[in-house]
Amino acid sequence: MKTALRVVAVASALLAPFASHAHKMWLLPSATVSTVDQWITVDAAVSNDLFYFNHVPLRLDNLAITAPDGTKVTAENAHTGKYRSVFDVQLKQNGTYKVALVNQGLFASYEENGARKRWRGTAARFANEVPADAKNLEVSESVGRVETFVTAGKPTEAALKPANVGLELLPLSHPNDLYAGETSKFRFLLDGKPAANLQVVVQPGGTRYRNEQQEQQLKTDANGELSIDWPTPGMYWLETTMQDQKTSLKQAKQRRLSYVATFEVLPQ
Amino acid sequence: MRWIATLAGAVLLMGSAAASAAELNIKLQIPRLDVAEYHRPYIAVWVENQDQSTAAQLAVWYQTDPKKEDGTQWLKDLRQWWRRGGRELDMPIDGVTGATRPVGEHALSFRSTDQQLARLAPGKYNLVVEAAREVGGRELLRLPFEWPGTQKQQATAQGKTELGAVTLNVVP
Repeated sequence: MKTALRVVAVASALLAPFASHAHKMWLLPSATVSTVDQWITVDAAVSNDLFYFNHVPLRLDNLAITAPDGTKVTAENAHTGKYRSVFDVQLKQNGTYKVALVNQGLFASYEENGARKRWRGTAARFANEVPADAKNLEVSESVGRVETFVTAGKPTEAALKPANVGLELLPLSHPNDLYAGETSKFRFLLDGKPAANLQVVVQPGGTRYRNEQQEQQLKTDANGELSIDWPTPGMYWLETTMQDQKTSLKQAKQRRLSYVATFEVLPQ
Repeated sequence: MRWIATLAGAVLLMGSAAASAAELNIKLQIPRLDVAEYHRPYIAVWVENQDQSTAAQLAVWYQTDPKKEDGTQWLKDLRQWWRRGGRELDMPIDGVTGATRPVGEHALSFRSTDQQLARLAPGKYNLVVEAAREVGGRELLRLPFEWPGTQKQQATAQGKTELGAVTLNVVP
């Protein structure tokens, strides 16, 4: 019983970044409004409280930074500590950068010679690495994105183009043009198509200094769109998760999808 | 002799242009502040349409000294000006941008024939003055006016922190 419990605990810890009830993942940029050639530094962490690093760092293995012209940018001075990862980005171009952590993969658990085994990897590696006769095989797939946006000078659109894989945000209001007291409109996409009836949570940072979570529970309409009111200036966290069966491997029964973004809302 | 005639003609032309040109005169005070660390404020002055989009850039004062750090990096702190078009401009702008100014009253005068106002269509606008100071605060004042209007107009707004009195005089 104890062993079984431990297995469940470890398995859920492994899956944690993709489970809907898990801790919050986030990227926190030092600035979202900047000018060309300036630097930003970004914290990456997983925690319950926003935005405090007090649990585990977010791994930077799958960091993808898109420059305003669509090219990829390499993060500088990347470091992973006890509670957070951190990296720097120089904004060498005018326009909007998308900073994203894209986690995509398969998770398998099975029995081999009476022992419980776990595996994570890609569909291409599955056949070579997981025995064909594995007993009690359970496979799930996950696609998760954690994003934030930063602009040098005038906001631009090119870096915001969706990859059409998993859950993504297509901002109808520019993500670096958000102001307290105003309403923004966003469209959510699932594999590039509007994601209707998606539950979305929006929450302002600074939770340590107030009693209420102040979550906004929102739902996308038939076009995958929703409007967000920004009551006060500050950093906001947005998350949406869902599951479907559109896996890239026939052994995988379920695909877990998640999208997280951090937005800065400015005072008027 | 001919150059004198040409000069006289030019003066005459200027004179007649001046007579028909509407005027926008602004006086703005940068207050003396009792603070341990004082830096001159960044100030932007512009004409705003009724929908808050920018109709005309009049003045932007920022740190332009080439011997110091690049002063354009803090222009974003004039955050309303930045949002309403500042972020789309290449600094410096001839006739608009200049160095930060000291404590005291500063006068700005524009004519309808000046490049800043040449394309301002008749209508209702706000004059906006925004100030932001390093290790200090930010303040924004709006003064409504009609351009060029049919009679002389005066408007005053009193700043509380980063700006003193701002006075606008419009002469049609």
